Amino acid sequence: MSRHPLFMPLIIIGGLVFGFGLGFSHMARPEVVIDFLTFEDFGLLFVMFGGSIVAGLAFWTLSSTGGSAPLTGRPYTRRLKSFDKNVLLGGSVFGVGWGLSGICPGAAYASLGVGNWPILYALAGMFVGAYLQGVWRSEPAADAAAVPSDD
Amino acid sequence: MITDLLGAGMVETLFPNGISRYAIGGLLVGLGTVVIYLGTGITAGASTFLESTLSYVSNRSRFKQYRASRDWRVVFTLSIIAGAGVYALIYQGGTWVTEVAPWRLFLGGIFVGVGTRIGKGCTSGHGICGVGSVSRTSLVGVATFLVVAIITANIVAAFGVTP
Repeated sequence: MSRHPLFMPLIIIGGLVFGFGLGFSHMARPEVVIDFLTFEDFGLLFVMFGGSIVAGLAFWTLSSTGGSAPLTGRPYTRRLKSFDKNVLLGGSVFGVGWGLSGICPGAAYASLGVGNWPILYALAGMFVGAYLQGVWRSEPAADAAAVPSDD
Repeated sequence: MITDLLGAGMVETLFPNGISRYAIGGLLVGLGTVVIYLGTGITAGASTFLESTLSYVSNRSRFKQYRASRDWRVVFTLSIIAGAGVYALIYQGGTWVTEVAPWRLFLGGIFVGVGTRIGKGCTSGHGICGVGSVSRTSLVGVATFLVVAIITANIVAAFGVTP
């Protein structure tokens, strides 16, 4: 499980650029997302399309070469997840939360970075939500065997 | 060119804050994703951090599956915070604080935590990486959360909750 020495530095550089971009795009501000969802300002379309086009170009170019990543040896692939009803169910629940709060996970981390301390309410909620679904969806037998007094 | 097609008034109506901040920000978000992908082959999403970090304090099987990636996901999230901090230092001139009510943030956060994990991704996993991959699952996922979020935000606004 030893990692390439440049693995973490690259994660840091990628995260810094990603977070700077979220700050620059103003998506780290719940008000901007709510303005988008209520048709006051359509600018966020450019964030999602701009980001996905850049990412898409890299994914398509590299995955078509059949090569693999230098730091991990992982083959370059696209992000393809299987479809089932959870995509619709989870997407709907996420939509309610996004529409109510105006914040999504990545933007919430960035929001903390721009000094928006009340976003800690949202982050606390996200951890509560992620924990609840994890408890519902974990295998009870395996959990009982692994750690009897987990919570 | 867009101005010629739509007329100046229309552009100001649709994009009262212009488009450059959004387009440049979006390109950078994509670039951050690409940097990580180039070196590691990982299509990183933001919401997995929630579950992978919970694996530090819980042995539930849902969280345990992310143990291998939990350390770099913490680093990724801290770097996102730092990157946004650099933006704030350069362009914002101090901190910015939301006026959205805490109950909206907390309650909404719970739904986001449940939904992104059940729905296999969030705005970055489905929205950036999945759409970039032209994954049908992600396109359906994005359409679902976008439509539901639009309905929800408009209902909340109709009840006069501002902000």
